Amino acid sequence: MNLFKNLNFDKLKEGLNKTRDKIVNKITEVVTGKAVIDEATLDEIEEILLSSDIGYDTTEKILEEARKRLKSEKDRSDVNLIEIIKSELSSTLTASTKDINSEIEKNKPYVILVVGINGAGKTTTIGKLANNFKQAGYKVIVGAADTFRAAANEQLEVWAKRADVQIVEKGTNTDPSSVAFETVNQAIKDNADVVLIDTAGRLHNKTNLMDELNKIKRVINKLLPHAPNDTFLVLDGNNGQNAIIQAEEFAKVTDISGLIITKLDGTAKGGVIFQISSKMQIPVKYIGVGEGITDLQDFDPSMFVSALFEK
Amino acid sequence: MFDDLSNKLESTLKKIRGQGKLTEKNISDTLREIRRVLLDADVNYKVTKDFIEEVTKKALGAEVINSITPGQLITKIIYDELTVLLGSNNSELKINGSGPTIILMVGLQGSGKTTFSAKLAKHLNSRGRKVLLAAADIYRPAAIDQLKTLGEQIKTPVFSLDVKDARKISVDSIAYAKENGLDTVIIDTAGRLHVDQELMDEVGDIKKLVNPTEILFVVDSMTGQDAVNSAKAFNEKVDYDGIVLTKMDGDSRGGCALSIRSVVGKPIKFLSAGEKLDSIDVFYPDRLASRILGKGDIISLVEKAQEQFDESETEDLEEKIRKNKFDFDDFLKQIKMIKKMGSLSSLLSMIPGVNSAMKNAKVDDNALVKVEAIINSMTKQERTTPKILNGGRRKRIARGSGTSIQDVNRLIKQFGDMQKMMGQLSGKMLKNPNFNPNTIKFN
Repeated sequence: MNLFKNLNFDKLKEGLNKTRDKIVNKITEVVTGKAVIDEATLDEIEEILLSSDIGYDTTEKILEEARKRLKSEKDRSDVNLIEIIKSELSSTLTASTKDINSEIEKNKPYVILVVGINGAGKTTTIGKLANNFKQAGYKVIVGAADTFRAAANEQLEVWAKRADVQIVEKGTNTDPSSVAFETVNQAIKDNADVVLIDTAGRLHNKTNLMDELNKIKRVINKLLPHAPNDTFLVLDGNNGQNAIIQAEEFAKVTDISGLIITKLDGTAKGGVIFQISSKMQIPVKYIGVGEGITDLQDFDPSMFVSALFEK
Repeated sequence: MFDDLSNKLESTLKKIRGQGKLTEKNISDTLREIRRVLLDADVNYKVTKDFIEEVTKKALGAEVINSITPGQLITKIIYDELTVLLGSNNSELKINGSGPTIILMVGLQGSGKTTFSAKLAKHLNSRGRKVLLAAADIYRPAAIDQLKTLGEQIKTPVFSLDVKDARKISVDSIAYAKENGLDTVIIDTAGRLHVDQELMDEVGDIKKLVNPTEILFVVDSMTGQDAVNSAKAFNEKVDYDGIVLTKMDGDSRGGCALSIRSVVGKPIKFLSAGEKLDSIDVFYPDRLASRILGKGDIISLVEKAQEQFDESETEDLEEKIRKNKFDFDDFLKQIKMIKKMGSLSSLLSMIPGVNSAMKNAKVDDNALVKVEAIINSMTKQERTTPKILNGGRRKRIARGSGTSIQDVNRLIKQFGDMQKMMGQLSGKMLKNPNFNPNTIKFN
């Protein structure tokens, strides 16, 4: 019973194809045909990194390290330069050390809270997660604690049906923490393995809504001392630098244990991953690469970077 | 306190020639900083580069006035240019004179199309339009339910069909509107990626079939570098009329607005902030420019002021300043408004540049109490025509307000100076063709 071992590497590569094209092919283009790497080349690399949402600070940091290393480097070929940039990028990512399968075995029901701003893709991600856990053989319950957005319940219902899992809901405008409470309660009664709780989208600068998250967490925790076992922050892959603030603000009210980056099947490059992971030491768990129920991929830092640099 | 303040203001206003010109060298550090600020605000890399280059080209050689540095001057020029670029005269929603006005919403997933559709419906309803919402998002689970629920909340009919055909739903919604005497149709389409050929074709077809009066591209204000690609792709497909920036109640700097404006040249028509359906925000180019540049806390100052100021009172005051008819009554009103907003010193510190310019000017919040007391002891006639304030009247006012005759004399002199200064200021403002009174108007 291994989770996400149904991982489809081709799909991941497909999703990241444009990312790779943008970053790697451009870098190769820039570097090939130049014997000596000069400042102009590094400037062009800077452009490529910046337009991937990697951000000013991280880009500067990576370039500075690259410059330093290039000074003492005999081999200034494109291959070697890419190796250097690649290792700089990899080193900024935080690896996930937790084995979710054994964690679930230890803590049943294993409660996962899914949070994020409006429109990031929380409900869709929950649908995909539910499907993944179910396929891995777990008994799954989802809780519709987004009691604010019109028809959020109905949306999750459709996903629960698709994934063939149980859903707990109380309707619009009820107290979200009571939905969370009931979901966990139901999971205990039914001996469920995994609980996924969908929450309303909230902008991270709305204090009262952020406090509400804290309340949901407390309520769950009262019922089940080890829960929530994971809190995943869903980030829109199209977002720019604001995603860093989102991560920082959500981390203040809940302990974010992992990130899920969605919508990476477009042309957005998701470079923000590097920044958040390095700044906050939070691992990226999964990436969303489409609207199908199987379009959620396990995130492996080394695989991600390799996929970026694969020709 | 007023002595210091007016001295500073006067020296800033006095332009002394021969203080040097803007050169590439004396603004290079500032430009590097501005580049970083724009990139941090998510302005596209290439747009940032082009924008700075263009503005600098125009600005080089400009005279640097006394009391500001070349860096400050170029920052101001950039701010002004940014405001001009973001703003547009063409931001009104088009209305179809004959037949229903059809508004088509397009954009990526999660950008906020459905919520904004409902907001716009409510906005147009309140302006006497009879709106129909058409639910053409047949892909996202429960998207139609979401629009129906919102429609109920704002008492607006929602058209939907139990078919998986967004083209048919769109076309039929127009016929439905005509049959039922509704003059506006807002078509909410599914979110789609600009690289999804099939779905892009669908939205292209809908455009051809319903011939919309207005197509709005809805974009999340938090979007990063890729905003240029999606904005361009959608524009190539449907040639939209305007942009809607959503989630403006977040704390993103909204640099994607500049990116999109630059690459597609379409006006920003609406800002959407918050999930309440009550209001659509008016777009102020200057405020968005400040937000992108992260200049001081001028935004919060304006917002704070907005809460407190009464629009008609402010307009009235503006008129008086312009005509140089500002009297003690107006002065008292001003003081009261300022007091509502918090302490004067904290207020001043929020204005960019004031901190450095006002380093030595002591702002005594208690001074206002005295001033208020003195004005309160004046008669109605004395307030509107300060000329009649002779020795006897001044003595009476001092006694009545518990101050000294010197205090009263000082205030009257300072008030006279201030009136003169305002005369100069309004003269300057009117002469400056770039001066737009809307940029300082509170509402």
